[in-house]
Amino acid sequence: MPAPIRLRELIRTIRTARTQAEEREMIQKECAAIRSSFREEDNTYRCRNVAKLLYMHMLGYPAHFGQLECLKLIASQKFTDKRIGYLGAMLLLDERQDVHLLMTNCIKNDLNHSTQYVQGLALCTLGCMGSSEMCRDLAGEVEKLLKTSNSYLRKKAALCAVHVIRKVPELMEMFLPATKNLLSEKNHGVLHTSVVLLTEMCERSPDMLAHFRKLVPQLVRILKNLIMSGYSPEHDVSGISDPFLQVRILRLLRILGKGDDDSSEAMNDILAQVATNTETSKNVGNAILYETVLTIMDIKSESGLRVLAINILGRFLLNNDKNIRYVALTSLLKTVQTDHNAVQRHRSTIVDCLKDLDVSIKRLRAMELSFALVNGNNIRGMMKELLYFLDSCDPEFKADCASGVFLAAEKYAPSKRWHIDTIMRVLTTAGSYVRDDSVPNLIQLITNSVEMHAYTVQRLYKALLDDISQQPLVQVASWCIGEYGDLLLSGQCEEEEPIQVTEDEVLDVLEGLLVSNLSTPVTRGYSLTAIMKLSTRFSSVNRIKKVVSIYGSSIDVELQQRAVEYNALFKKYDHMRPALLERMPIMEKTASNGPTEIVQTNGETEPSVVEPKHPPPVNQPASQGNDLLDLLGGNDVPVIQTTMPTKPASAGGELLDLLGDLSLGGPAPAPAPPAPASQPPFLLDGLSSQPLFNDIAAAGEAAYNKNGLKIDFTFERANPNPNVAVITIHASNSTEADMTDFVFQAAVPKTFQLQLLSPSSNVVPALNQGTVTQVIRVLNQQKQQLRMRIKLTYTHKGSAVQDLAEVNNFPPQSWQ
Amino acid sequence: MQFMLLFSRQGKLRLQKWYVPLSDKERKKISRDLVQTILARKPKMCSFLEWRDLKIVYKRYASLYFCCAVEDQDNELITLEIIHRYVELLDKYFGSVCELDIIFNFEKAYFILDEFLLGGEAQETSKKNVLKAIEQADLLQEEAEGRV
Repeated sequence: MPAPIRLRELIRTIRTARTQAEEREMIQKECAAIRSSFREEDNTYRCRNVAKLLYMHMLGYPAHFGQLECLKLIASQKFTDKRIGYLGAMLLLDERQDVHLLMTNCIKNDLNHSTQYVQGLALCTLGCMGSSEMCRDLAGEVEKLLKTSNSYLRKKAALCAVHVIRKVPELMEMFLPATKNLLSEKNHGVLHTSVVLLTEMCERSPDMLAHFRKLVPQLVRILKNLIMSGYSPEHDVSGISDPFLQVRILRLLRILGKGDDDSSEAMNDILAQVATNTETSKNVGNAILYETVLTIMDIKSESGLRVLAINILGRFLLNNDKNIRYVALTSLLKTVQTDHNAVQRHRSTIVDCLKDLDVSIKRLRAMELSFALVNGNNIRGMMKELLYFLDSCDPEFKADCASGVFLAAEKYAPSKRWHIDTIMRVLTTAGSYVRDDSVPNLIQLITNSVEMHAYTVQRLYKALLDDISQQPLVQVASWCIGEYGDLLLSGQCEEEEPIQVTEDEVLDVLEGLLVSNLSTPVTRGYSLTAIMKLSTRFSSVNRIKKVVSIYGSSIDVELQQRAVEYNALFKKYDHMRPALLERMPIMEKTASNGPTEIVQTNGETEPSVVEPKHPPPVNQPASQGNDLLDLLGGNDVPVIQTTMPTKPASAGGELLDLLGDLSLGGPAPAPAPPAPASQPPFLLDGLSSQPLFNDIAAAGEAAYNKNGLKIDFTFERANPNPNVAVITIHASNSTEADMTDFVFQAAVPKTFQLQLLSPSSNVVPALNQGTVTQVIRVLNQQKQQLRMRIKLTYTHKGSAVQDLAEVNNFPPQSWQ
Repeated sequence: MQFMLLFSRQGKLRLQKWYVPLSDKERKKISRDLVQTILARKPKMCSFLEWRDLKIVYKRYASLYFCCAVEDQDNELITLEIIHRYVELLDKYFGSVCELDIIFNFEKAYFILDEFLLGGEAQETSKKNVLKAIEQADLLQEEAEGRV
């Protein structure tokens, strides 16, 4: 049999293959030759064959039939054989295979070999891939070698011991004696590996950690020597002496100093020295600084040192080298909780990193860090940057960024308007990446920002006109249009130019969502419900009825169910419809919604309040639209619009709850009262199973009596919410002529919330022939003295009459 | 360090050193996936990435990528220095090393690595000492073979 071809020749040959198939053919041929050679138990060429096999294995071809051959090579006396044999073992065998155990004896012998290079091979192999059994068997040998004076072997034994400990932690104890004077070595290799061994032991055992604390002074000395000593060509890297050893010592110091005052103090000076003296022009110096910073942050260092560390990180952020910037961001993220103020100082640099071209983790880290640094003071500036980042970042980050923006906005929004604007910005620019659970949260926020309803619905409507593809945006928008569509029509927006829009146009948009291919089933559900709600706010009821009945036969089961229920509402329960489709009450946040508090519209001080555009007159009749705001002067929330919180809304089910919710009020009165649908309050209460009213024995109070118009107040308290007082006004007319177009309006101070139900009639008949009644519900959470301003308008004997009055002497029972 | 891979720009493995126990199949999968991930990265990106639950440090030298997977507590910047030291060792040994040297003398590349790192940690921080050890071992090999 001819001699098997040499390794290099095989490599050359295989590389000439032009196709994968050609290569495979060559490999197969050679493997066959090798196999037969193995079968012949040829000692001479075994080494060469295994080497070739290893090459082919690296190319990806199977080589398991060479495993035993490796063992034979290891057992051979020739150094060359051992070299290849051990290499083969490390490449082809792993501890899951039983074959590897056969190595144990060979390794044991070689650990005691007369030639240090053979011993080295054995140590290397054991330390690289030794299984637990092997480690157990051979630990004693390793321990012996750990005590040898031969530094070549000692350093390898140390790392081999590390591996043994990792595999069999119980054996750690046996290496303890040998560690006694490891650090007195001069040889850097031994020093380095010893520090690694000590680190491993301290990390695994608190006892060991305590035991080795006494080494701190010695470690400090070694580190000091490294820094102070002159140029040592053997260990120099760009002017720094043995950076590998320095880094390992710093890491060990970190572990020893953590939580221990004395040790931390002992290393304070050297850390400061390293931090200030290390050359930062090359990566190697920065590597040492990085390790130093990590150590300073972890031990009990004095504040000056900590500030030094953070400043180093700040300088890192400005480094041209992106790797340095990366580690800086990662480290700052770890320290931002504990050293928040110090990190804040570098905020602008961090924010600049958001613009960094490196798409990868760096930008994500910068984003995380930026969110961690947001607070009430910097929210505006930070949000600008973060929104810009949201626009331009990778899609994989957008969801996280959007959620982060919402969270930060909720916590620190300087004003409602700003908050709504921010939400709008996210929805319109990253709308499709917004998480599904954000939609109910946003709806809740919008509901609770009562004075922004008109502005919000207008902006959302305009956004829909532009783009209906982003589902979260569309869902929030449909919901708002359904709720506040009347505001859209009435052109009540204060924040910007109110748009002119007709009912048909709005319904067109919502119907468009229903039919669009871009809308998901969930979105369709939202828009159908919105359309339904508008049946009580718009007058195009017939159109809405038609739409709803069409979807009664929709294939989508969810849609069909809703349509059928809504149809029923039109047909059989029409009298309940207005009540059921009422404005949503302010929702309390459940714990699952996040740590923020309920956004109360009353009693809230905002740093920059929405400026009221109208002056605060007291007595003059203001023009339509904002009358009641005028009544109590300027800044008040239009209190009519609010309703009382009922029960906490669940995070995603508000829409489905719509039909089940106990809504408390009649339709919100516009400046002109809607056609009075006879609305006995008891019907609503009938929806709940418990009696709602507890009569308070409160005398009817003559609140107003002028020009023949008398208004009495009677009081009751609603059962489920003791903070709600129910006041009924009784208007009677003692003159000879009817008072027609009678409108009663009321306003209460900021700390209250008021809801006006619709009156029984808008004609107060003459000569006390009848009364007009109207129910007012007042939420008085702060239990303050109730005050009320009322405004009356009516036509009497052909002329319009207006009057304002204040009612103050409410009986205590009504508000306590 | 958990493992080190050397591969060409076409994704061909030139060296693979594993310091954690994994089956051949697992190793193949990891190599394939990681190599693809790194080759997809643009030149301007930083040398570190988080991949699965590992920290990856990589650097390209001419036509070869040197890639290490390190543990959470490991210093990425010093790992770059470790990679650089290994390249220097190869360079000194082969004299202006290039990819072909490593292809045709892969076993030597392993021997050098095994004198520099053991169990994933540096065993010798002096360039001189590593090279001296290799030299001596080579000498031993030649004597044993009687210059065949």
